[in-house]
Amino acid sequence: MAEITSLRDAVAQLVHDGDTVALEGFTHLIPHAAGQEIIRQRRTDLTLVRMTPDIVYDQLIGAGCARKLVFSWGGNPGVGSLHRFRDAVQNSWPVPLEIEEHSHAGMANRYVAGASGLPFAVLRGYRGTDLPRHTDTIKTITCPFTGEELAAVPAINPDVSIIHAQRADRAGNVQMWGLVGVQKEAVLAAKRSLVTVEEVVDELTPVPGQVILPSWAVTAVAEVPGGAHPSYASGYSERDNEYYAYWDSIGRERDSFRAWLDEKVFGVEVAR
Amino acid sequence: MTTTVERTYTSDEMMSVAAARALTGGQRVFVGIGLPSTAANLARRTHADDLVLIYESGTLGSKPTRLPASIGDGILADTADAVISVPEVFNYWLQPGRIDVGFLGAAQLDKFGNINTTVIGTDYADPKVRLPGAGGAPEIAANCHEVYVVVRQSKRSFVDQVDFITSFGHGRGKGEREELGLPGAGPTLVITDLGVMRPDPDTAELVLTQIHEGVTVDQVKEATGWDLKVAAELTTTPPPTEAELTALRELKAAK
Repeated sequence: MAEITSLRDAVAQLVHDGDTVALEGFTHLIPHAAGQEIIRQRRTDLTLVRMTPDIVYDQLIGAGCARKLVFSWGGNPGVGSLHRFRDAVQNSWPVPLEIEEHSHAGMANRYVAGASGLPFAVLRGYRGTDLPRHTDTIKTITCPFTGEELAAVPAINPDVSIIHAQRADRAGNVQMWGLVGVQKEAVLAAKRSLVTVEEVVDELTPVPGQVILPSWAVTAVAEVPGGAHPSYASGYSERDNEYYAYWDSIGRERDSFRAWLDEKVFGVEVAR
Repeated sequence: MTTTVERTYTSDEMMSVAAARALTGGQRVFVGIGLPSTAANLARRTHADDLVLIYESGTLGSKPTRLPASIGDGILADTADAVISVPEVFNYWLQPGRIDVGFLGAAQLDKFGNINTTVIGTDYADPKVRLPGAGGAPEIAANCHEVYVVVRQSKRSFVDQVDFITSFGHGRGKGEREELGLPGAGPTLVITDLGVMRPDPDTAELVLTQIHEGVTVDQVKEATGWDLKVAAELTTTPPPTEAELTALRELKAAK
């Protein structure tokens, strides 16, 4: 059963130096507060996995928490580049960053294989692209029934997956809705999981299009209102588009980023 | 060319209008954010209100009343026929060939329509510029029935050969897609702020088939990094109509 705990305790217990960590949320429900708590607890040497390493991973990478990034699209959506990510790849700042690069279809299928308890997934992908020449986790496999050559990608099984959802009940059952991305797969693929939620309620009122993660499939739940900001939680908040543009000015230079870290992450003693 | 008539629209507006006109009613379109999304939503507002817009964040049939700020903008989900998971987008809807048009942008495009959104520079491990990467594009370019690319044209972005093939166009020429077993026809249309290019039916090399009003062939050649061939029957894009411009500007102004 999921333990309902604080964000600080959950990160302290579940995320260790050197772990493979997936923070998911496809533009919606991105667990930003949890990402900042990982920085605050000064985790290092992480392998970060995420389809769209946007601001949340720009922050973790710039803070030097990551050794490796497994991803399929690394930009600031609707704005442009991730400058901390670029600085790490191009200049190894603040630490070298190894990358393992896929397409969205490949990453989504890697999570599906992980959630399914299978060693790999099959898809019709990557054909003709230069990705397989640089990413050794893209191989080909021949269909035993038709002879078609298909792409094979290994399962992702993170040590810990972290997502943000709208609600949980007091027993730790999790409810989310709207764009649900690949979060269910990420949680089910992981050895341990943390879900931050907008609120913990007595009863989960059904919502159209909802996804339920039963308490027994989740390790910990922490109540973190606004924990997705500048991303959003449908029904609770709107996407802060201005912040995404503002991040460009923070992330662009090392000094402005460091100042942001000191003030907004390390300067905040206790996680929300 | 005469320059006495002052244009009442920008070249970017001409590009969006030309791209919107390429879409026809009822088509199912996989929409990338940015220029493609602007054009697709303009088409819905003008001549193709039954266009089915699919965004990779997991929406089928989005009908936004303003331009989405990102593919995860809540308005795409709130106005969709169905909201689905990301694995479902790629496995159930894109991969089996249910989508007519993949509508993509590009950082770098070459004369055979190959797209690079990964790195500038030929050393992947030590790139000159690290770009965002593939996203959904490789499989969109492979599996949609055809691909339209909308991109601003410059010598820097229109190159003889891309530094990195993120999304396969026509490789190095006709027949390569078939050899690779790619289901879709690949890029059939490239729309820029200067004109329109289509692959030559025999070689698959992109050829200038249309220029926007007020643009010269020399201008387009000057903005192309290879020796651009020009179709025998070059046409001129009619300028945006009042209705098109009004719809586009309302769309961009809507909050």
